[in-house]
Amino acid sequence: MPESDPIIRLTRVNKWFGSFHALKDIDLDVTRGERIVIAGPSGSGKSTLIRCINRLEEHQEGTIVVDGVTLTDDVKAVERIRREVGMVFQQFNLFPHLTVLENLMLAPHWVLGLPRAEAEERAVAQLTRVHIAEQAKKYPGQLSGGQQQRVAIARAMCMRPRIMLFDEPTSALDPEMVKEVLDVMIELAGGGMTMLVVTHEMEFAKAVADRVVFMDQGQIVEQAPPGEFFANARHERSRAFLSKILG
Amino acid sequence: MGAPIPFEPLPARAPPRTARGLPAWVRANLFGSPGNAAATLLVGGLLVYALPPSLKWLVGNAVWHADYAACRALDHAGACWGFVAEKWRLVLFGRYPYAEQWRPLAATAIVVAALVITAIPACWRRWLVWLWGAALAAFFALMGGGIPGLSRVDTGLWGGLPLTVLLTLVGMTASIPIGILLALARRSQLPLLRALATLYIELVRGVPLITVLFTASFVFPLLLPQGFRLDVLTRVALGIVLFQAAYMAEVVRGGLQALPKGQYEAAAALGLSWWRMQRQVILPQALTLVIPSFVNSLLSTFMDTSLVTVVSMYDLTGALRLALGDPHWRNFFLEGYLFVALIYFACCFAMSRYSHWLEHRLGRWTRR
Repeated sequence: MPESDPIIRLTRVNKWFGSFHALKDIDLDVTRGERIVIAGPSGSGKSTLIRCINRLEEHQEGTIVVDGVTLTDDVKAVERIRREVGMVFQQFNLFPHLTVLENLMLAPHWVLGLPRAEAEERAVAQLTRVHIAEQAKKYPGQLSGGQQQRVAIARAMCMRPRIMLFDEPTSALDPEMVKEVLDVMIELAGGGMTMLVVTHEMEFAKAVADRVVFMDQGQIVEQAPPGEFFANARHERSRAFLSKILG
Repeated sequence: MGAPIPFEPLPARAPPRTARGLPAWVRANLFGSPGNAAATLLVGGLLVYALPPSLKWLVGNAVWHADYAACRALDHAGACWGFVAEKWRLVLFGRYPYAEQWRPLAATAIVVAALVITAIPACWRRWLVWLWGAALAAFFALMGGGIPGLSRVDTGLWGGLPLTVLLTLVGMTASIPIGILLALARRSQLPLLRALATLYIELVRGVPLITVLFTASFVFPLLLPQGFRLDVLTRVALGIVLFQAAYMAEVVRGGLQALPKGQYEAAAALGLSWWRMQRQVILPQALTLVIPSFVNSLLSTFMDTSLVTVVSMYDLTGALRLALGDPHWRNFFLEGYLFVALIYFACCFAMSRYSHWLEHRLGRWTRR
């Protein structure tokens, strides 16, 4: 992977919530097609970090460049980046008043301007891909958590994004349903998608990540390929975290 | 490890029979606890005490025909429905010229028919806009006249039920979009817009409707440029709309605040622009949530229109007071108010039931 061509570049990014310093001097380059797992204790800034990439949170210092576009207050730039960056949330955040199919068609139709027929075609293709096409006419409230999260992934994929952000996608699921969501994410990774995944699923990290980024107290403590990270993390803080999470 | 034990689910059974039948219902609902039993006895006692004399007054001793002498002779021992029989046209149509009163009747019927059609979900199509255009055009043509075959009737003479219906309809339909915009402005990121919306809402909610109507009726004309004149009906309708919009704004804001932040974030993350997000994701959910409050406002607007009598417009209650001005009949206000109350109740009850049904239907997605 050529280091000279990052699809996301964060340079000395700082973010505060009031007086709380949430992100401290974050430098991070992500290359095209790279799969990154961001790990760390709760409150370490992992979610804030990926939410800054599509401007759901605003950073106050430093620069974020996504696919050649620099994030500023400019609404057009923000909307352009959001079209390229899909996001999956911990709480799914499907639109409850729309059917599964309508959830998927919404953005392709209103943001990309696709005619309804074409948007529907795309939606059905994505639903099939996440093995849930038979639920297209149901409302999100009628689906299980695992199904809802798969719909949420399909919804983001309908925009044909270049980058996918996952914010603890399996944390709100019953244990029985975690696997079906991880399987879909593994398939996605196999297809060459650039992925940033905040998760505690270390098995997933081992299986698909190119790199693990470990954060604590708003800083990136260390980053390494998963094999290296899990076998011999260099920092004391990372080791303490791993011993807790791996038991 | 041996072979696993197969799992056989138990068949589902019907619920026990104890909670069925009339005796069980009476026991559970009327005499379930000492407090419940006491309430049942108290209400039952009141009914036994009050019902027979009420019925005797309302029906048994009542005079039904417009016989003034018979009503006087009755001396309030029974209802004098003769008053209604004599004056119903004045109450329903106010000071509208007597010979032309088929016109407000037809106009109201057209608007009510349009309302009924609008209430049917299968009719929620684009042609409804044309239907309403035609219905309102017919309403104003019939009421106002001034076209071949129909003599001109000044809006100052419009009254009774058509006026009440018109003011409610205009008050509600125009105040909803304004209220939505005000609510969105009040939650805006732009401080100036937010301040202006808040100022407007708090200012309007801080004054009684009656002062707004006075202002609309007497102050608006002074503010308008020379030679530009709004008739009294337009001024009053404008006053009601601007007043009602402030309350609508707060109703809508309640719905907006009930939505989880995740809905905004998911819509934003998909790249939807702010207006698209509001239109496709936020408002459909927020407005469905506030249907009960909407109807609350609708009913109070319907009743608040009776305040227009202060600027010499005679809505249903105003027209009733006109009818009671007749020295022969002025003792029979109770019958008159009961008649008007019945009309109000029938309309409000229908709206309330409809909204209940609509809430259920539009809120399908909230049920699992």
